[in-house]
Amino acid sequence: MSGLRVAGRGRKARRTFRHGAGNGLETGRQIRFTFDGKSYLGHPGDTLASALLANGVRLLGRSFKYHRPRGLLSAGPEEPNALVELRQGAAREPNTRATIAEIFDGLVASSQNRWPGLALDVLGINGFFSPVFTAGFYYKTFMWPASFWEKVYEPLIRRAAGLGRAADAADPDRYEKITAFCDVLVVGAGPAGLSAALAAAESGVQVILCEQDALPGGRLRGERTLIDGRPGWMWAQDAHRRLAGMTNVRIMTRSCVFARYDGGTYGVLERVFDHLPAPREGQPRQRMWRVVAEHCVVATGGIERPIVFPNNDRPGIMLAASVRTYLHRFGVIPGHRAVVYTNNSDGLRTVADLHHAGVRVVAIVEAGTSTAAQDLARQTGAVLFSGATIANTFGRLGVTAAVIRDAHGREHRVGCDLIAVSGGWSPDIALTTHQGARPVYRDDLAAFVPAQGAGGSDLHVVGVAAGVMTDRGAFESGLRAGYLTSGADGSGKMRLPDVNDAAYDITPVWQGPGTGNLPRAGKAFVDFQNDVTARDIRLAAQEGFQSVEHLKRYTTLCMATDQGKTANVNALAMLADITGRSVSETGTTLIRPPVQPVALGALAGAHRGRHFRPFRLPPTHRWAEEQGAVFAENGLWLRAQWYPRPGETHWLETVNREVETVRNRVGFCDVSTLGKIDLQGPDVRVFLDRLYVNGWQKLPVGRARYGLMLREDGFVFDDGTTARLGENHYVMTTTTAKAASVMQHLEFCHQCLWPELDVQFISVTDEWAQIAVAGPNSRDVMRQIVDPDFDLSNAAFGFMAAADVTVCGGLRARLFRLSFSGELAYEIAVPARYGDALARRLMQAGAPYGIAPYGTEALGVMRIEKGHPAGAELNGQTTAHDLGMGRLLSGRKDFIGRRMADRAALRDPARPTLVGLKPLRVDAPLVCGAHLLPKGAAATAASDQGWIASSAWSPTVGSWIGLGFLQNGPARLGDVVAVHNPLAGTVTEAVVVSPVFVDPQGERLHG
Amino acid sequence: MRLTCPHCGSRGLEEFSYRGDATVQRPALEAPEEDWVAYVYLRDNPCGAHRELWYHGAGCRAWLVVERDTLTHVVHNVRAVCREETP
Repeated sequence: MSGLRVAGRGRKARRTFRHGAGNGLETGRQIRFTFDGKSYLGHPGDTLASALLANGVRLLGRSFKYHRPRGLLSAGPEEPNALVELRQGAAREPNTRATIAEIFDGLVASSQNRWPGLALDVLGINGFFSPVFTAGFYYKTFMWPASFWEKVYEPLIRRAAGLGRAADAADPDRYEKITAFCDVLVVGAGPAGLSAALAAAESGVQVILCEQDALPGGRLRGERTLIDGRPGWMWAQDAHRRLAGMTNVRIMTRSCVFARYDGGTYGVLERVFDHLPAPREGQPRQRMWRVVAEHCVVATGGIERPIVFPNNDRPGIMLAASVRTYLHRFGVIPGHRAVVYTNNSDGLRTVADLHHAGVRVVAIVEAGTSTAAQDLARQTGAVLFSGATIANTFGRLGVTAAVIRDAHGREHRVGCDLIAVSGGWSPDIALTTHQGARPVYRDDLAAFVPAQGAGGSDLHVVGVAAGVMTDRGAFESGLRAGYLTSGADGSGKMRLPDVNDAAYDITPVWQGPGTGNLPRAGKAFVDFQNDVTARDIRLAAQEGFQSVEHLKRYTTLCMATDQGKTANVNALAMLADITGRSVSETGTTLIRPPVQPVALGALAGAHRGRHFRPFRLPPTHRWAEEQGAVFAENGLWLRAQWYPRPGETHWLETVNREVETVRNRVGFCDVSTLGKIDLQGPDVRVFLDRLYVNGWQKLPVGRARYGLMLREDGFVFDDGTTARLGENHYVMTTTTAKAASVMQHLEFCHQCLWPELDVQFISVTDEWAQIAVAGPNSRDVMRQIVDPDFDLSNAAFGFMAAADVTVCGGLRARLFRLSFSGELAYEIAVPARYGDALARRLMQAGAPYGIAPYGTEALGVMRIEKGHPAGAELNGQTTAHDLGMGRLLSGRKDFIGRRMADRAALRDPARPTLVGLKPLRVDAPLVCGAHLLPKGAAATAASDQGWIASSAWSPTVGSWIGLGFLQNGPARLGDVVAVHNPLAGTVTEAVVVSPVFVDPQGERLHG
Repeated sequence: MRLTCPHCGSRGLEEFSYRGDATVQRPALEAPEEDWVAYVYLRDNPCGAHRELWYHGAGCRAWLVVERDTLTHVVHNVRAVCREETP
């Protein structure tokens, strides 16, 4: 079982990996946590990565495709390897970077993408099949036979290659969203960001400072830099404290500015309680900020690159600056025998720092030749290899040796358990490219920097992010930007701290010579998270994928959750090398938001479950609930569908009873959901004339009229009634569904087309509760409601009458004699707050007349019985002619849609036109959506002549009935057509009839 | 994205809805059918400066003419459609 031995355990007694205090640690306290079931101790301030490293755990995960053992590459958010699952059960969170996950007492973490365990992973065998997984493998290997893709290849790949497991249950935590405004948003609390924030804040402007880390300081936490003679992190802490004491500054830590959007809008993810076992009562786990800022100072620093060489992915091979971070911030020694491999002066700091911490540096491998390296070698006793590379490494679950190829091509095998690598710094420019600004390549830095003025005049990039590589430069650029954004002239006040400075030199070496050519030496990884190797890049280039965009998609380079933060520039430089172009000519892909992964839960915020789409409740909702109503969603509205009574066993029984109640006695229904628009002004009449197809010149005060609206393309838009309440006062109703769009349409017509019309209007949908009272007894009921001085007789208040009245002893109300049901009916509107009371009063007053409430289902049955078109008929594809309302189109005026409606094809009588349908067998249901065919015709598209739009069982007719559209419909009354339901595979027969099934003469509603 | 409504000031995108080209003019009733077809259906898709109609539905309900660069997303000017003068 030797294969199961985990690094850090075994032959020798456990060595200590914690060497000192660490400037970010609270060493006085200990925290217990588990990783893969084993319990460990750490300190407050530790990340999962630093705590595991302190416990000698180097192996943290398996790679995506090849299941290679992986450890920590970095100490920050750019980490590609150490992805872990945190927490358990419903709170389980996959693919979390161990380098930013702060430990807390009781944290349960586990590795992912391995089976059965980290040290022995059966699928590590994928490495032997690696030819299968090379560049473009998705496109090549699994192409045939096609039927194998879904059943064989994809499940296989999904299981073999993968990341963590999502939780199986709903997320128990809360997330929330918030918007904030400021003058200056500073991104990053390193030396440049803190300087900018201080300068801006001292000028008095509103400042928000966001730092993705839990602590301020940035690189100052990971270096031994002295500022004004004290450790740099102390300066950062002081600056932070000063800012925290200012009322015009909001400091947000654990807050990643993940996107810049148009108009100075930024997305910020605040990890409010990720660092504790559970959010505090009433607090969210994470908070999504939208920050609107006049200016933004980007002080995001840089990301160190690795160098590409064979087997450069073993646990123990880490970025040099990250090694320094573990040393200084966390007091952790990442190894005891170190090799430092660097192509730049910054990487050499690691030699001195490791030596200072008591780590033996056995070799310095530098790409160039520098006197600084010679001095360091002398001081530390390390062997110096100048102009050299690392040609290979060994160690199955962690590095044990490096093969160094010196300037003369000779190879030296050196035993080590840590290789600190620095391939130079890439400015973290993600935020500056979100709006499409292309960065430019600087040869002297061997890196992309934001172009001058990139992203707009409100964006100020400072420090390393701007390619300013010295500490002094970071302070200077930060202060300058801070003063600039606040509009203050700070040039006189600018005081730079005293800082020991060093120039940054880089010899642009991206990979060991021949790395991409020598597959037998071992895989040389460029993109660690997606397992893209130097050979993949060479192969892609050979196969013609030489544009960076093609290369990226073909190899999946930079397409993992880390967006290739450590991989991108190396890959571009290698592609440039292969294709004989410069890096500038090769170009770079743009970085899209988010800068760091953002959980969907945080994007959703509180908008989940019922809150995703809140209900609108009609004024009588609570009363309807008391009545035991069954509700249905109607757009956003929740409406009573029917009101079951004790003993009723089926909804149809209830609906039939409600229909019969209205047809024979009296019923009422809340119709407040219909859109209501109040229009006033001398030109309303002209306005209505242009909105509706029919004429409005002759509508007298006190009357209502049905109106039909078209869209400008000639198809029906909406319908409703409009009543004239006064000389210059009208109230329009719209359908429930179109209430908002009709309002917008009216605004458009008035403001954009006819601003000369003297018209004012406003939506009053929510202001009025409107209840339809329908049935032969409705006048008797209304007499109990409307105050007695108002004459309700048919002669005084006939069909389509409208009036301002008072009800229930003086309450102002509007009364309309409108009927959707076809019965003698009224619609009464009262201020919305009286809707509930009105329903209760109607129940009381109507009891002697047999009143009952009815729901939307009975409403629908009765409107089908009367042939009134509704949603299924007004579906945006039907014309006035189709609805049998062609004669409404006025020829004497301009109105919206008139010209387009007049096109010959839209007037063609062969278009499917509204008809009624009755099955030959009354109890044979008609199904909405069924096709209408000539009797006996084959069920093919060629013989299709129309469709059924609405259908219902009509207790009044004693049959199923339907409304449909049929070619030449009105000329075919009495014909029998075939009704084909392709879903059920049935063909039934129906007779074509007039769409008005009940009271075709309309005698009842005039009664 | 934000628009500076002449009545309400700087507001977020979610308060507005987009309609499209503000340069098209509704033809006279008797204009040739081609004019009507062009008005109803045909739109240019310019790369660069464009005049667009936006509706401030969650604000003052004004229809706005927004001069916007479709390439850079820079908003040059916003004015209420029914007013000639720039606020």
